[in-house]
Amino acid sequence: MPSAPLDTRYQIETPEGIDLPLRPAGLVPRVLAFAFDLGVRAVVMGVLLVPLALLGNVGIGLGALLLFLISWWYMVLFEVLNQGCSPGKQVMGLRVVQDDGTPIGWSASLIRNLLRFVDMLPFGYCLGAISCLQHPHFKRLGDLAAGTLVIYREQPLVRPRIPQATALRLPFALDLSEQRAILGFAERQGELSTERVHELASILAAPLQVSPARAAEQLNGVARGLLGPA
Amino acid sequence: MKQSLFESRHQRQWRAFAEQLTQLEQGQAKAGDVADFPHQYRRLCQHLALAQERGYSSYLVDPLQQLALRGHQQLYRHRSQLAANALSFVLADFPRLVREQWRFVLIASLLFFGSLVGIALLVYLFPDLIYSIVSPQQVAEMQGMYDPDASRLGRAAERASSEDWMMFGYYVMHNIGIAFQTFAAGLVFGLGSVFFLIFNGLIIGAVSGHLTEIGYGQTFWSFVIGHGAFELTAIALAGAAGLQLGWALIAPGQLTRGESLRLAARKSVQMLCGVMIFLLIAAFIEAYWSSTTVITPWVKYLVGAVLWLLVGTYLGFAGRNRHAPD
Repeated sequence: MPSAPLDTRYQIETPEGIDLPLRPAGLVPRVLAFAFDLGVRAVVMGVLLVPLALLGNVGIGLGALLLFLISWWYMVLFEVLNQGCSPGKQVMGLRVVQDDGTPIGWSASLIRNLLRFVDMLPFGYCLGAISCLQHPHFKRLGDLAAGTLVIYREQPLVRPRIPQATALRLPFALDLSEQRAILGFAERQGELSTERVHELASILAAPLQVSPARAAEQLNGVARGLLGPA
Repeated sequence: MKQSLFESRHQRQWRAFAEQLTQLEQGQAKAGDVADFPHQYRRLCQHLALAQERGYSSYLVDPLQQLALRGHQQLYRHRSQLAANALSFVLADFPRLVREQWRFVLIASLLFFGSLVGIALLVYLFPDLIYSIVSPQQVAEMQGMYDPDASRLGRAAERASSEDWMMFGYYVMHNIGIAFQTFAAGLVFGLGSVFFLIFNGLIIGAVSGHLTEIGYGQTFWSFVIGHGAFELTAIALAGAAGLQLGWALIAPGQLTRGESLRLAARKSVQMLCGVMIFLLIAAFIEAYWSSTTVITPWVKYLVGAVLWLLVGTYLGFAGRNRHAPD
C-alpha cells in the first residue's frame, strides 16, 4: 500500500470500480478567476446600462432586472449551462463539479453561489479564504454546503517520442512501479538537461551492470523493450 | 501484452469514444450515434484498469483516465429536480416542505412579525422613537411617498405606466436580494438570519407605525396589504431556510457537521425557490396593483385580505391530499 501522496489529488471511485483522480484548485487561481468574472460583469453592465439609460423608466426597470440577474445568477447560469465553467474559470482552466465528480446541477450551484455572500463576510472574502486555505480540498463555505469542488480541467496531453535505442530485456523481473518509472524516464527525457539525464540514469548503473556513461542509453533500451514493437 | 500492441489494437475505439464525448459535451449528439455510449464507456474503463494493472506508461494511462473522467461526467448526472418537477413543486412540494419545517418557519415568523408588530405599536405610542430607528431623511422620504395627496403610490409619487415597469425591476432586485441575504447569512450558525429578520422587521414596523400615527394610514395600508401577503411571508420563509442551515451546524445529530449542512442546504434551497416565486408574484402585485389609486381603499383591503387568506390556505393545506398531482 503506497503512502498518502504528497500532492492534493482527490480520488473518486466510479461504479465501474476504477479510481479517477481530480485535482482541486487552490486559492490563487480561484481568486484570479473570480477577479476575471468580476471584470466581465462590470464591462457587461457598463456596456448595457448606457443604452438602457436612454430608454427612460423602462430602461431603468430593465437595468434593475439586469443588475439582479448579473449579480445573483451570472455564476449559476454559466456553471450549470457551460459544463461547470464561468468565463473566469474557463480562462484559468478550472471547473466546478460535485464531490462525486458528476457535473454540477441547479440546486448545488444555487447553494454555492448564494452562500458566496457569507464567504465575503466580514470583508473581501475573509471567511471564504480562511475556509479555502484550511480545507484539504480547498473548499470555501459555499462549497462545503453544496458539496462541490473546484478542480483543474483536464488538459490534452502531448505525447513525447521515446529516444531511439535498441530494445533490451533485463535478466531480472521488474515490478509495476519500476516499469512505470523507467517508461517515465524515457518519456520525459526531452524536458531534462543532458547532465540531469545522466545523473538520474547513473543511479541505476550498478543494478544494470553498465558504466554510468552508458546507463541512460541502457534505460532507453529497456523502455523500448517494455513498450514492445509498434 | 506489450504496451504498443495494446495501444495499436484499441486506439481506434478510443478515438471513436473521444468523438462521441465531444458530441455529447457540445450537445450535438444524435440519439442513434450515442446508443452504445455506456457500452463504450465500460470498455474504456476496462482498458484503463488493464493499463494501470500492467504498468503501462503514464502517457498512456493519463489520457485514458481523462477519457474515463469525461465519460463519467456524461453518463452519471444528478437529475435536477427543480426544473423537471416545477408544477408538482408549486402545487404540492413547496407547501409540504414549509409544513415539514414548521419549527423553523414558526421561529422565523415570530422573530420577523414579532419585531414588526412590536415596534409598530411602540412607534405608534411613542412617535419620537421612529428617529432612533430610521434616519430623519428616510422618514421624510417615506412621508412624501405615502402622502394622501399623491395620485400614484409606491416608491415614487406620480407615476406613469412605464414607471410600473421600472418599479417592477426595482422590487425584484431589491426584495429578492434581501431574501437571499437573509437566507445566506443563516450559515453563521443562524445568527445572520436572526439579525436580518429582526432588522427588516424593525424597519418595516417602525415605518408603518409612524405613517399610521401621522394619519397616512389609509394610503399606506391599502398600498402594502396586497403584496405584503407574499412579500412578508417570503422574507419569513427565507429566514426559516437560513435558520435551518444554522441549526444543521449547531445540532447535527448523528451526522458530521459537513454532512448535516449539505443535507440541510439541499432542503433549504428548495424552500428558497418557493420564496423566489413568492417574491416575483409580490413584485408584480406591488408594481401593477398596489400602486393604483383609482380603486377605492376598501376594495384593496378586501383583495388584500383574500390574498393573505390565499397564502395561508396554500401553505397550510396545498398538497395534503395523498394523490396530489405529480
